[in-house]
Amino acid sequence: MTFLEYRLKTVPTGPTKLLHVNWPLVVLLIAIASVGFLMLYSVAGGRMGVWAEPQMKRFAAGLAVMFFVGFVPIWFWRNMAAIAYGGSVLLLVGVEFFGSVGMGAQRWIEIGPLRLQPSELAKVTLVMLLAAYYDWLDIRKTSRPVWVLIPIAFIMLPTALVLVQPDLGTALLLMTGGAVVMFCAGVSWWYFGAVAGMLVGAVAGVFASRGTGWQLLKDYQYRRIDTFLDPSSDPLGAGYHISQAKIALGSGGWAGRGFMQGTQSRLNFLPEKHTDFIFTTLAEEFGFIGAFSLLILYALVLAFCISSAIQNKDRFASLMTLGIAATFFFYFSVNMLMVMGLAPVVGVPLPLVSYGGSSMLVLMAAFGLVQSAHIHRPR
Amino acid sequence: MRRSARDTEESAGKITRRGLLLGGSMAAVVAVLGARMRHMQVDQADEFRLLAEDNRISIRLIPPARGLIMDRNGKLIAGNEQNYRVVISRDDAGNVEDVLNRLSGILPIAPEDFDRALKDARRRSPLPIIVADRLSWDDVSKVAINAPALPGVAPEVGLSRIYPRDTDFAHVVGYVGPVSDSDLAKLEEPDPLLQTPKFQIGKIGVETWMEDALRGKAGNRRVEVNAVGRVMRELGRQEGVAGGDVLLTIDADVQNYTQARLGEESAAAVVMDVNNGDLIAVVSAPSFDPNLFVRGISHNDYNALTENDHRPLANKSVAGAYPPGSTFKMVTALAALEAGVATTASSVNCPGYLEVGGRRFHCWSRRGHGRVDLDRALSESCDVYFYDLALKVGIDKIAEMGRKLGLGERHNIPMSAITEGLMPNKAWKQERYGTDWRIGDTVNASIGQGYVLTSPLQLAVMTARLATGKSVVPRLVQSVGGVAEPFDAGQPMGLTPDMLDAVHKGMYAVCNSQRGTAYGSRVDDKTLKMSGKTGTSQVRNISAAERARGVISNANLPWDRRDHALFVGYAPYDAPRYAVAVVVEHGGGGSTAAAPIGRDLLLRALSDGIPPTSAYPASQRNRIDTMHRNLPLRAPDGTPPESTRA
Repeated sequence: MTFLEYRLKTVPTGPTKLLHVNWPLVVLLIAIASVGFLMLYSVAGGRMGVWAEPQMKRFAAGLAVMFFVGFVPIWFWRNMAAIAYGGSVLLLVGVEFFGSVGMGAQRWIEIGPLRLQPSELAKVTLVMLLAAYYDWLDIRKTSRPVWVLIPIAFIMLPTALVLVQPDLGTALLLMTGGAVVMFCAGVSWWYFGAVAGMLVGAVAGVFASRGTGWQLLKDYQYRRIDTFLDPSSDPLGAGYHISQAKIALGSGGWAGRGFMQGTQSRLNFLPEKHTDFIFTTLAEEFGFIGAFSLLILYALVLAFCISSAIQNKDRFASLMTLGIAATFFFYFSVNMLMVMGLAPVVGVPLPLVSYGGSSMLVLMAAFGLVQSAHIHRPR
Repeated sequence: MRRSARDTEESAGKITRRGLLLGGSMAAVVAVLGARMRHMQVDQADEFRLLAEDNRISIRLIPPARGLIMDRNGKLIAGNEQNYRVVISRDDAGNVEDVLNRLSGILPIAPEDFDRALKDARRRSPLPIIVADRLSWDDVSKVAINAPALPGVAPEVGLSRIYPRDTDFAHVVGYVGPVSDSDLAKLEEPDPLLQTPKFQIGKIGVETWMEDALRGKAGNRRVEVNAVGRVMRELGRQEGVAGGDVLLTIDADVQNYTQARLGEESAAAVVMDVNNGDLIAVVSAPSFDPNLFVRGISHNDYNALTENDHRPLANKSVAGAYPPGSTFKMVTALAALEAGVATTASSVNCPGYLEVGGRRFHCWSRRGHGRVDLDRALSESCDVYFYDLALKVGIDKIAEMGRKLGLGERHNIPMSAITEGLMPNKAWKQERYGTDWRIGDTVNASIGQGYVLTSPLQLAVMTARLATGKSVVPRLVQSVGGVAEPFDAGQPMGLTPDMLDAVHKGMYAVCNSQRGTAYGSRVDDKTLKMSGKTGTSQVRNISAAERARGVISNANLPWDRRDHALFVGYAPYDAPRYAVAVVVEHGGGGSTAAAPIGRDLLLRALSDGIPPTSAYPASQRNRIDTMHRNLPLRAPDGTPPESTRA
């Protein structure tokens, strides 16, 4: 649909938009972020200033961004999709040359006070572009090979740039996020079957290449895989993180050890306890009840997003909302699988809870897009 | 793009179906996550809780204070002193090298200690690293004042062993040192205490033989540690049991007098209570400072000790095995009397030698003693008399008597390297050399030469048993942790009073008759008079040619070829209280080198302090006074004499 086709009279304008905001979603996001504030206060040893306070300020900024993005009509964002995608690809190229090095990989660019990870941005812009692409495409052509190869190229471009950094985790999230949009757009099952087959081959290739001249992954990535497959093989080295995370999680028990009473986090046995492993602190201090409640909050966010997407008659809006929901889903599920020892350690933060600026702002902007789709849905 | 209404419917329908499918798969993953959470947090919670407790709780041993070692009057021989040291913990220091550099501006840190601390820090050991040990209070204060500039650096206080009477007890008490791998290998189930850093155990002497009593039981602290092993707080504490104090039978003042009296001679002396076996002094000279070993002796100091030809590290009093020479003659005499081959009245003609099997065995007196009885044979130490007795009684009976008197036996006192000596008989020689015992061997053994070897401790025991006629057993430890150790005054050895009297009379004559070999070392005070026997044992063979030319006198021989001088004795002669044995290595004649020392030691044991001048013969009093004035004795509290203070 072009904006001319929207029955503009039925789309809310001005302050009335406030009434049409997806308020339950806003409440859920605030609740999740509040869990984060609580845990950041706890892992800092009961100090606000270390992590909790900066995180609150960022979340406030994030909420502002969300409302701003949400109030801008959805057709504007659709028209911006290609530009946004192009911009984030340029940033990904730029990060190769001007980026700061951290954890053995080039990942971020400093723009004034803001530390931007272009790969975060790319996850959302890729979803926007693919949704716009399928909105534009004649639905009868959806499964034709040429028209399938184009979105695959869209996906592979940022993925390749992220892999060069090298950031395997984000690359996988980009691919799966893109794949979800293609799936929802109605691309034939056969393609997904073929890709799944190729993936199996790729995994075999990755393992076969180990130690040879054409080794596909870095040594530390192989070690992470080893450690994932058998954490006890190196309990004081690479397996240390995952073993300690599992101990923290399991020792929480049913009701947890009490707020600020988690020995694993308080005594520094947990690695990265304010970022990637923050969930273990929650599980340790609030037990199964606390950890499961957070999981339910996340699931509810997904539920609201999916129901909003299904109710929306606008193809771009639905696909984009589903794509963003999927990205959000991959974030928290990969993080939880990782800390529970079901996935290798791949540096993925727990969305809205882990300490970190750019990922939160990008995520809130993405939810802004979801709100925009919701507010400006055709009625 | 423009779409027909049908297309739009179809598109929306597809998105709804696929969206729901997507939602369903997400729900499945969420369910897996929830199930996994439940499994870990509910089903496996106890296991993980245990692992978490394992992580955070660490049990640290509290080393117990080592038991003290004191003399019979409670004077301190081995104690514990507070020892200040400086430790650095890696996780607080940040840059360890920087901090160490700053610290070395304040404290004198040896370059090797500096490097070792740096190496330890790189090893990521969770325990604090000891940078400097045995610091003065001043140095510790300096560290405390500069604390803000020295993150992670903390002063610590521990106990370390100190021997206030350093050289006097080096051989008896020994010293402690760090636990070595071979120490651990010797134990089946090593006390975990031994693995605590800087822990010290007895290495030699009483310190090692009484280790179990002295060590005590470790206490422990349950502490909460963080991931790098730093202690966050104490959760619980169980105090240990301090080691038991050991009270020796030694009198520290007599020991000190003895050490000073032996001086720089290579010598050993043992003073023993004849009635209960208490060892009053056990001394080996020259000695060394055991504190050097506790602190870690330098190469130079150690080489100086090992290269000294007087062997300061050797514990001559119990480990030295010497031919007893003429001090053995009582054994030969008693063997013959008991066997009935001679009586107390029998006499022998001494022409200066005895021909046995075509070989001539000389008496020390070339001219001979003429007709001698037991009394004269002992007092003038006639060799031929004992050759004659030995030929009659045979070596096996002599050896049996020697054993009865405590020779050839390892006396069980808590000291290191105690020798068994050697009390040879026919069977022994057959076994050891595979050859028959020769008659000449008996002749040599009769005067304590040849194969016979005894330690000063054994000679003291022999003398005590001769004096009392009972098999008194030596004892070094009076009580452990307040519990008295048993003593053994011994049973009568089956020697008739006649025999004992005859030997006692002879030994009295040695020290008191004009012609006695120890007449020069007589005692004037009637109540303190002593009995004894001198001995001079050869360490070389005298060839027939040399004998023809005239035996080279000791003064003309190099030190290490001279005879050993020996003396055994007891006093008072009529109511014996103390026995003494003195060996002066390469000292020359027993009557000139050993007997005077033996007399001084007996008089010292019998008196309260320096022996009274009145006990000595009038002609010797000036010399003795001068000698006593110059003796480097300790003050009663154990502080060393002026002359030896650095």
